[in-house]
Amino acid sequence: MAMQLNMSSSPHLHSGDTTARIMRRVIVALLPACGVAIYLFGLPALAVIVWCLLGSLAAEALCCYLSERPLTLADNSAAVTGLLLAMNLPPSAPWWLCLFGAIIAIGLGKQVFGGLGHNPFNPALVARVVLLISFPLQMTNWTAPAPLGSAIDAVSAATPLGEMKTAIMLTGQLPATSQASLSNYFIGNMPGSLGEVSALALLVGGIYLLLNRVITWEIPVSYLGTVVICSGVMWLSNAQRYPDPLFHLLTGGLMLGALFMATDMVTTPITRKGMLIFGCGCGVLTVVIRLFGGYPEGVSFAILLMNAATPLIDRYSRPQVFGYADNHGSHREQPTKRPEL
Amino acid sequence: MLYKSFTGGIALADRKLAESKLTTRGKAIEVCPIPEQLIIPMVQHIGTPAQPIVGVGDLVLKGQIIGQAGDFISVPIHASTSGRVTAVEPRWHSSGKELLAVVIEADGADRWDPAVEELKPELWTPDSLRQRIRAAGIVGLGGACFPTHVKLTSPADKPITTLLINGSECEPFLSADHRVLLEQTERVVDGIEILRQILAVKRVIVGIEANKEDAIARMQQCVAGRDIEVQALAVKYPQGAEQLLVAALLGLQVPNCGLPMDLGVVVHNVATAAAVSAAVRYGHPLIERVVTVSGPGITCAKNLLVRIGTPLQKLVDFCAGPRGEIAKIITGGVMTGQSQISLAAPVIPGTLALLLFGAADLPQQEAGPCIRCGRCAAVCPLHLLPTAIADCASLGRFDDAQAQHVMNCMECGCCSFLCPAYRPLVQSIRYAKAGILAQQGRA
Repeated sequence: MAMQLNMSSSPHLHSGDTTARIMRRVIVALLPACGVAIYLFGLPALAVIVWCLLGSLAAEALCCYLSERPLTLADNSAAVTGLLLAMNLPPSAPWWLCLFGAIIAIGLGKQVFGGLGHNPFNPALVARVVLLISFPLQMTNWTAPAPLGSAIDAVSAATPLGEMKTAIMLTGQLPATSQASLSNYFIGNMPGSLGEVSALALLVGGIYLLLNRVITWEIPVSYLGTVVICSGVMWLSNAQRYPDPLFHLLTGGLMLGALFMATDMVTTPITRKGMLIFGCGCGVLTVVIRLFGGYPEGVSFAILLMNAATPLIDRYSRPQVFGYADNHGSHREQPTKRPEL
Repeated sequence: MLYKSFTGGIALADRKLAESKLTTRGKAIEVCPIPEQLIIPMVQHIGTPAQPIVGVGDLVLKGQIIGQAGDFISVPIHASTSGRVTAVEPRWHSSGKELLAVVIEADGADRWDPAVEELKPELWTPDSLRQRIRAAGIVGLGGACFPTHVKLTSPADKPITTLLINGSECEPFLSADHRVLLEQTERVVDGIEILRQILAVKRVIVGIEANKEDAIARMQQCVAGRDIEVQALAVKYPQGAEQLLVAALLGLQVPNCGLPMDLGVVVHNVATAAAVSAAVRYGHPLIERVVTVSGPGITCAKNLLVRIGTPLQKLVDFCAGPRGEIAKIITGGVMTGQSQISLAAPVIPGTLALLLFGAADLPQQEAGPCIRCGRCAAVCPLHLLPTAIADCASLGRFDDAQAQHVMNCMECGCCSFLCPAYRPLVQSIRYAKAGILAQQGRA
C-alpha cells in the first residue's frame, strides 16, 4: 500500500472556523453601519471608507514587503482595521487624512509590534487618537446628516456630545435641545463619525457577531452596563448638569466602541472574568472623560487605556483550575461496609 | 431538557460531528473473521508490560495465558485463538513503536483452553472476584486501558461509596459502546452488579449521553427493580473523561493530581463491565472487543467484534476496503486517537475505533498567530489557558508552563479543535509536558 499518510497528532479534526472567517464576519457586521453612513452623509462617507480600506491594505502589504514576511492580506485583519478606522472618522475627512490614519493604524498600531495578534493597542483607535491630536480641525469638522435625495447641502454642525460639552463649559448646564431627539439618535440622524451615528445599525451588526460567536456578551454588556450605572448616578444627582444614561448610550462612539472596538480580541483579556473587568473599566473611564475631561468624547481613550491594562487583567483573572474547588465540605457518605482488602 | 454536564467542552449537538455517529450507531455488531495470523503485543495496557511465556513452535489454545503479568499494575495476556506461535519478536504497535509481540498462526479450529472453564470463582468474595478479573486480563475498555483490578482495590483510608458506569462515548464517530449497551445490556448490568459487590457500594449511576436514547431506554428497562440509577448526560465532548463524568453526575471536582477514589468514587466503562461479567460467569479472558470502523475513508462503516491481535488491515478488508485515497489512519477517536503509519498494527484493548480519512476531510490550514480570541480558555474543561501554556512551551519556559498546571491537561483536544489560528495547542502542551518530565528526570 503506497500512500502518503499524515502522521500529525490529535485532535485530527478542526471546527473549520478560521481567523480570516472571523475577520470577514466583523466586516459583514459593519456593513449596516456603513450603509447608514453613506445614506446619511453621501459620497464623502463612501470616499472615506474607500480611502481607509485602500490605505490599510496598501500599508499592510508594504509592511509585509519591508519586513520580508509573507503577505497577510488574506487574513482580512487589515481590511477590518481599515473599515474600523473609517467608522471613526468624520465624513468630511479629506483623503490624505484617511491615508495617513491608515498608515498609522497598520504601521504604528500593528506591524511594529509584529503584526496580527501582537499589538497591545487597538490599531484603529491608535490612528484615531493620533489624528485627533495632530489634526484637531479636520477631525472635529462634523457635517449634519443630509439623507440621499433630500437635496440638502452639507452644513457644519456639532455632535450631541460636543454640544453638551460646550453648553456645560459656557453655562454650567445642559443645552436645552440636547435631550429632544433620542429617536433620531437611535437611528443615527445626528452629526458624528461615520460609524458611530446609528446605534440601530451597530446593534444589528453586534447581534450578528454574537449569534455567530465572533464576540461574547461579556465586554459589551459590562461596558454598556457600567456606563448606564455611572451616568445614571450622576444624572440622579444633578439632572440639570448631567445628561441621562440613554443620551450617553446613543450618542458618540459608545455603541461602536462597546460592540466593535472593545471586543477586539487581540487587545482585550481572554478570560470571561477578565473581559468583565475590562468592560467595567472602559465604562467608568468613558463616563469620567465625557463628564469631566477636556474632550467631549472618551470612548477611544477609555478603550486604549484599558488595552494597556489588559496584560495585568489577564494576569489576575486566570480561572481557577479544575480540581481546586472546595467540594462543599464533607460530601463523602460513610460506606455501609468496607471491602475486605 | 437540560442534562447533567460539566463546564467547558464542545457541544456537538448542532454540528456535523454529531452526524458522524449516525453512520454506525444503527449497525449491529458484526463478528470480524479471525485472521490467519494474530499479532498479540505484550504491551496492551498502561501498566508494566507482560513477559511472554511461550516460544516459537508452541501450540496455544484460545484463552491460554501467553504473557505473564508483571507487578501489581499489570495483567496477563491471553491467546485470542488457538494455533501455533510462529514468532516472539518486536512488531508494529498502534502506539507507533515496535514492541514485543507473540505472533500466532491460527489453526482455524478456535478451540478454547479447557482450563478456562475452571477459572470461574466458586466463592464470590471481593478478593476472589478481583483475582479472577485480574487473571482474565481485564483492562479498562474506554481507551485508557488501566488494569481494572487496580481500580477495584481501594486503600483502606479511601472507602468507596459510589460506582459510576461510563456510557458517555462522547467522541465523534464512535458507536462501539452504544452497540454494547444495546446488544449486551444484560451482560453490562451483570458486570455492574459484580463490580458493585467487589466494591461494596450502594450507589451506582450509569451515565449515558442523551444522543443514545435507545440505549438509555434499554438500560432503564434492564435495571428495573435494581438499585441502579440511569442518568442521561448532555451531548458534549469530552463528557466521557473520568473526572468530567464525576463532575457531571455528582457535581464534585476530583482533586488536583488526585483520583476519583479520593472522592470515594470509582468509574468503569460499560464495555469493561460486560468483560467483567464474561470473566466471572464463564471464565473468559479479554480476547476481543468491539471496534467501530468508520470515517469518510471507509467504504462500509461497521461495528466489529474483533479478536485482540487482529491486524488493522483485516478490519479494513472486512469493511469493503478504503474509499478513495487515504490520507490519515487513526486508531481511537478523532479527538484523542493516534495516527497510524500503516495498517499493520494489531487491535489491542485500547483500540476503540479505526478511522480512515481522505486528504479533503482533514484540516488544511497552516498555523497562524494567536488572535487571543479566548476560545481555548472558554472551552477547556479543566479551566486551563492553552494559548498561554503553548506560548511558554514555544519559548522553552517549562517552569512557567508547569505553574500554569500544564500537567493537569488531559489532551482532550477541544482547544486545538476550536483555535481559529489552527495553532497546534495540544502538541505544544505535550512538548511542555515532555520537557518538564525530562527536567525532573535530570534533577
